Amino acid sequence: MPAHHPSLTAIRPWRYIPSVWDALIFALVLGLIALIAFGGHETTQPLAAVEHARISLDPSALPYYALRTTLRMLAGIICSFIFTLCYGALAQKSRRAEMVLIPILDILQSLPVLTFLTFTLAFFLKLFPGSVLGAELCSVFTIFTSQAWNMTFSFYQSLKTVPKDLSDVSDSLRLGGWRRFWTLEVPFAAPGLIWNAMMSMSGAWFFVVASEAFSVGSTTITLPGIGAYVATAIDHKDLGAIGWAVATMLAVILVYDQLLFRPLVAWSQKFRVELSSGSGPEASSWLLDFFQRARLAQRMFAPVGRLSRWFITLRLGREFTPPPAVRKAWDSRNVDYLWFAAITVASLWVAWQGVAYMHLTLGLGDVIYAVEMGALTLIRVLVLILLASLIWVPLGVWIGLRPKLAEAVQPAAQFLAAFPSNLLFPVVVALIVANHASPDIWLSPLMILGTQWYILFNVIAGASAFPNDLLEAAGSFGVRGWSWWRKVALPGIFPYYVTGAITASGGSWNASIAAEVASWGEQRLEAHGLGAYIADATLKGDFPRIVLGAVVMSIFVVLFNRLLWRPLFDFAARRLALN
Amino acid sequence: MVMTSPATAPTPQRPEAGPVMLDIRNVRQTYSKGQANDLLVLDGINFQLREGEIVGLLGRSGSGKSTLLRIIAGLARPRGGDVTWQGQPIDGPPKGVAMVFQSFALFPWLTVLENVEIGLEPLGVPPAERRQRSLQAIDLIGLDGFENAYPKELSGGMRQRVGFARGLVVHPQLLLMDEPFSALDVLTAETLRTDLVDLWMEGKLPLRSILLVTHNIEEAVLMCDRVVIFASNPGRIAAEVKIDLPYPRNRTEPAFRQLVDDIYGRMTNPMDPKLRAEQMHGGADHPGGGIGMTLPQVSTNLLAGLMEALMQPPFDGKADLPDIADELTMEVDELFPLAESLQLLGFADVAHGDIRLTEDGRRFVDYDVDSRKKLFRDHLMARVPMAAMIRRVLDERSTHRAPYRRFSEELEDFMSEEFAEETLYALIDWGRYAELFAFDEQSQSFSLEDPA
Repeated sequence: MPAHHPSLTAIRPWRYIPSVWDALIFALVLGLIALIAFGGHETTQPLAAVEHARISLDPSALPYYALRTTLRMLAGIICSFIFTLCYGALAQKSRRAEMVLIPILDILQSLPVLTFLTFTLAFFLKLFPGSVLGAELCSVFTIFTSQAWNMTFSFYQSLKTVPKDLSDVSDSLRLGGWRRFWTLEVPFAAPGLIWNAMMSMSGAWFFVVASEAFSVGSTTITLPGIGAYVATAIDHKDLGAIGWAVATMLAVILVYDQLLFRPLVAWSQKFRVELSSGSGPEASSWLLDFFQRARLAQRMFAPVGRLSRWFITLRLGREFTPPPAVRKAWDSRNVDYLWFAAITVASLWVAWQGVAYMHLTLGLGDVIYAVEMGALTLIRVLVLILLASLIWVPLGVWIGLRPKLAEAVQPAAQFLAAFPSNLLFPVVVALIVANHASPDIWLSPLMILGTQWYILFNVIAGASAFPNDLLEAAGSFGVRGWSWWRKVALPGIFPYYVTGAITASGGSWNASIAAEVASWGEQRLEAHGLGAYIADATLKGDFPRIVLGAVVMSIFVVLFNRLLWRPLFDFAARRLALN
Repeated sequence: MVMTSPATAPTPQRPEAGPVMLDIRNVRQTYSKGQANDLLVLDGINFQLREGEIVGLLGRSGSGKSTLLRIIAGLARPRGGDVTWQGQPIDGPPKGVAMVFQSFALFPWLTVLENVEIGLEPLGVPPAERRQRSLQAIDLIGLDGFENAYPKELSGGMRQRVGFARGLVVHPQLLLMDEPFSALDVLTAETLRTDLVDLWMEGKLPLRSILLVTHNIEEAVLMCDRVVIFASNPGRIAAEVKIDLPYPRNRTEPAFRQLVDDIYGRMTNPMDPKLRAEQMHGGADHPGGGIGMTLPQVSTNLLAGLMEALMQPPFDGKADLPDIADELTMEVDELFPLAESLQLLGFADVAHGDIRLTEDGRRFVDYDVDSRKKLFRDHLMARVPMAAMIRRVLDERSTHRAPYRRFSEELEDFMSEEFAEETLYALIDWGRYAELFAFDEQSQSFSLEDPA
């Protein structure tokens, strides 16, 4: 498995301090989102009456709900793949597009996923008035936003690192852009992309559950699915039903993993370029083995192979090469300046519109309040990551150094990371309510409930990959105790730990919107923080505040990444990489 | 003698040297690093390739020979000059030219057969014919039975055979080979070379001509009709040697040895003005010396190792470069930087294909670790002005610290950023060994601190 974090490796490493260019792109993205949100908001009124699915709490209905959830997931991931291929290719082929697209991606991934849902709800509902299809699309879009950015970063990163000799040989054989893309670039990127898709999928379960029962102001959507089932169970304070839902979810994730991703990951091994082989365990899948051995299955898939070969060798007309004069003018500095100017003007205008709109209802005091709330959530994230690290790093090292144990625990940890922790929230909330505990403290652990596993399984992976000769050397020189941890184990797993911790912290920010506010029947618990702020505003349909909350969170996340994680990540890559 | 006129009686089986296929005039190439610091990698290259020739481009790394090959392959565009292939200017990979890569460059996700076939698709060859021609090429190059294997499952030699098959299957007129044997072990490389030469001699290769980049002098003499020797800084053609030994050639023959010796001599001739710039001499009075001299990254272990090898019998302090290269199984691009570094430091003299240890060189071999370091330090200070300068700056400053940028900027007045970095890191390595100064990678700073 790749021990790198695509979004961090993709961006030039020395840029810790956000630049003016970053600020412009930031303004562009957020301004656009604000405009979309406000634009949609103004037309939501007649759409309030959306078809409501009635959710039955009978466990026998669960398989059907699980199927619906699963299909949404599948649709989301297909959209993500298509987006990834187009966006990544565009960013790689065009220098000017790259300058804009990659920072945009960085901003998009820092925005809380659930706010995308809020902003686009009106749009999707309007697209298919009176039909449940709009709500379905909205849910699929949420899944898409929770995985597409990360996958695109991975793909783009791979495109940037295509081996030079393979790239040369493709030119020399005059494969042309289209065939080069499908025979060289996509296969080369496949292992990383599929691995990343699987990881993003883990995060996506959280959001599919959250998006199935969602309210923005007076607009409520309820889609038949496991998420809606749990939401209904919460309203009815039915712990038994929640137990059934958890069991069903476990089964669904298991099936998804075994039938879709294991085979895909094992199959993608064949696209590994020699250099990267030996990193990580050989993946295997019983299903893939079965298909590769069974004649019937081979025959079934033969047309697929023929179709894809036909697709790859499509001749999309003649390769278009503009005359040299046009090419030269197009590549010139002056066109660069025009491009910069256009982006700058667009960003400033859009940002101005957004700010002007928000200024109608919000003042400086609101901004300060949101930043204060952001600081509270930041403290929570920091403390939780620290606590989780204190627990899982020693345990992970201990497990990772025992190959038999690691083999058993690793899939379980990955499995737990995939499990949508919001299904478990009601259990915790019921406990808090029963014990009259402080929500400010006891709701916090929910933020990291689902994401702490990333730390665990990355540390296990790091410890498993730790070279045995180094361990033996340390042993033979009698290095033990604290000195062993400080000089041998911790530096060895640090690059892996950072990868896990980055994912965990990103997930925690996202989860805060669902975790800082929780309810149990009519009981409503609320912690102070930016997540609760956004959740509150969403419930009231207060768009200026939702946008403000999202902007503040995005700034916090970007700064947090740039100032803490990226330096640590670079340090790990430069000084502690074991090769 | 290579036949330049068709009137000369041809050797029966071999394709004869015919009309000019490839014409290169006044080609120059630069790599821009920053605005003012364009690095000249090729300058004033004039060269013709005729039908029926195997020509070798020989030179050390950095002499631009691979760059020239990439220009011919249409993978890079020259900054100046004209390159024409069959009378047409080259703009992108030309038809009728195929390339074999040092690293094989096989698609790991395609089988041997698919890897070979891939070059035929863009030519619009129908599937049945693709299959048939690929199988033929696989057969010719000795890969029968491996058609369905993936490159991962093959040994290095077999992989390069796939590379050859892929190059040959398109029936190119010219096959370009970029150090095709240098990633292989000695035995495998030799088998592949002889197989290729045999096929060429028997006229079984669907080729008119081969252009080979190499830094292995013996390989060039073994395979080529003509060897073009490159000089570096900037890359130029220094000499051309015609090789009229009959095939198959025998390495042990005196005439063969004589040619190898001769080429070594030409590559280290101190009188040749074209080779002048790349030969490093100590002291500021020499051209290429002074603060702005470039240094290759050469480990002090290798320097000491070479001196020790030179002191041992049968060399006793003096050796023919081909002999010592043989003894240590080193190729030109490994041996020359070492020999030249010794020359620069005043531990050896290199001229006319010979290397001879100086008095201090002999003394170095006899000394123990600490005395070696002291001797090395003295020579470094006396003969490498940049080393002396770093030490002086550190001595003068009250903190005894100086940032990396202080010296890299100094070097960038003379050379590209890339070369400045390489030179400075070479110096850091030597300076650390000589205990002349310390360097902290994290803070990118030089100091006099002794960690002890």
